[in-house]
Amino acid sequence: MISAADVTFAYNGNPVLAGVGLDVGSGRVVGLIGPNGSGKTTLLRILYSALTPLTGAVLIDDRPVTSLAGRELPRRIAVVAQEAPPELPITVADMVLLGRAPHRSALQAYTAEDYRLAASALHRVGMRDLADRDFSMLSGGEKQRTLIARAIAQQAGHLLLDEPTNHLDIHYQHEVLHLVRALGITTVVVLHDLNLAARYCDHLVLLDRGSVAKAGPTADVLTPEVLEPVYRVSVRVLDDEDCMQLVFRPQVPVNEPQPSTG
Amino acid sequence: MDDGVLTDHAATDTRVDDLDHGRRSRRTLLWIAGLTGLLLVSIPVAVGLGPVAISPDVVARIVANHAFGWPEATWSRSDDSIVWLVRTPRVLLAAVVGAALAISGAALQALVRNVLAEPYLLGVTSGASTGAALTLLFGVGASYGASSLTGSAFVGAIAAMGVVFALARAGGRITSVRLLLAGVAVGYVLNAATSFLIFASDDPEGARAVLFWLLGSLSRASWSGVAVAGALMAAAFLVLLVWSRKLDALTLGDDTAHALGSPPARLRAQALLVVALCVGAAVAVSGGIGFVGLIVPHVARLCVGGVHRRLLPVSALIGASFLIWADVAARMTFVPRELPIGIVTAVVGAPFLLILVRRLRSTT
Repeated sequence: MISAADVTFAYNGNPVLAGVGLDVGSGRVVGLIGPNGSGKTTLLRILYSALTPLTGAVLIDDRPVTSLAGRELPRRIAVVAQEAPPELPITVADMVLLGRAPHRSALQAYTAEDYRLAASALHRVGMRDLADRDFSMLSGGEKQRTLIARAIAQQAGHLLLDEPTNHLDIHYQHEVLHLVRALGITTVVVLHDLNLAARYCDHLVLLDRGSVAKAGPTADVLTPEVLEPVYRVSVRVLDDEDCMQLVFRPQVPVNEPQPSTG
Repeated sequence: MDDGVLTDHAATDTRVDDLDHGRRSRRTLLWIAGLTGLLLVSIPVAVGLGPVAISPDVVARIVANHAFGWPEATWSRSDDSIVWLVRTPRVLLAAVVGAALAISGAALQALVRNVLAEPYLLGVTSGASTGAALTLLFGVGASYGASSLTGSAFVGAIAAMGVVFALARAGGRITSVRLLLAGVAVGYVLNAATSFLIFASDDPEGARAVLFWLLGSLSRASWSGVAVAGALMAAAFLVLLVWSRKLDALTLGDDTAHALGSPPARLRAQALLVVALCVGAAVAVSGGIGFVGLIVPHVARLCVGGVHRRLLPVSALIGASFLIWADVAARMTFVPRELPIGIVTAVVGAPFLLILVRRLRSTT
């Protein structure tokens, strides 16, 4: 369970988040959506204490995230962040084994159990045969799946992902999110693609300029009334056989000034 | 065969053991055993080499005589002092300095997440040089006797490191970019200071001595230097080895390191202190020996990969043997004159760097 209340944050005096709250029930997949610069990634980083908010607090299973010191944090939360690929070589196997490091002290070697868990995590994401490859040589989809394998091997009860489908083709977008969904653990995922959010999230939190514009069950958030003022596009919701589909159309010609009533 | 995520689990779970457990550790152990063997052979052979050649067998007996009082001396007094007082400490110091520069380079490349990082990047060498120039040209600290040069170089190295550290830290956490820029800036300022000292001094002999020092030399080796530098190098090695998984995490990015339980700013600060002491000691006893800290970690990565638990020991061993042989070349090429060892490491290192550029697999 993850909950955040009254989170405020600013970069160098520029407010980014103003009084944002979030509740993620056990085993739920919650999507963080919103336009560029709305504060999605900042909120996600606050959730795993990479950033310290000015006000407000984040609770992980009713404990403040800031009180999770050292190896306790990664034993509770696994993170798939968006970072530039490392310049220094590291194999896929070693990358996934790092997910086991929080379960061992600095002086302890990895055990046979760690290797077994890493191997089965790699197997689960279909990367078992690439275990000896250098991470930086992988394709975008393979990299993302490797990071998810590390998160699986970490055996944390919570998973945070920052745009895990970025740079992936449609097949891998669905494959990665399908995989995340199948893990069945408490998940917060930052997503740009609202149709992916529609298909894979239980709840959505829509951020707009640092505030929560709407939060709730996916079908309640993905409505034209909610989305149009935030994204400034026309939205039509279609009912596809098993899942809703959103169709977008520009609201006004791009070059003209926006009406102030937006 | 379908490689998708929904493939049946049981089918391949039986080959779990080959993931890493035996195979990779065996390969690393082979490298460590081979390189240790090379080092153990290199030391007596290198001690025997020089203007006066002494066979490794006699070298071994002289060393055993001093260490254990056995066997009885059957060699000349001059051979004895050449081996025990001059060449053995010198070869051991080469090994210590080579290992110190190599592990520092490996750690720094992880700390600033940059393949071009090397120990001298942090302004440590420039600080040591300025300290050494003050002593050589103006006699600063000369009242402390024979160790004044080493002492002022060490103080200069640590002071420079402190300034880099303070600059990188000003107004926030230490990030890799801040650290790189602060190191480069302080390095330039101190190099200018050293040049100015040479310019301001009227002592051509002193200027020559500074130049020689800047290019590195192990000719001032002593048993006490070996002991002090060796102790600092060994301590740094052990600490970095304990932190090896944290260093692995740090190479992946600050957020990932934080998420894996290694707060990046604190780890960077602590590891920098360790590296600064290690490099400071190495530079203080040997001057500015370039390229070792840059090249050796990359060679070691080609052998055993980038994981620090394997990388650090292999880097240390390669660095030790490499510098021993570089010093032999420095002593033997222009007998009776001695070449600054920095010239040797650069001549050997630069082509190596070019080969690595071609071989290093990188996406950027």
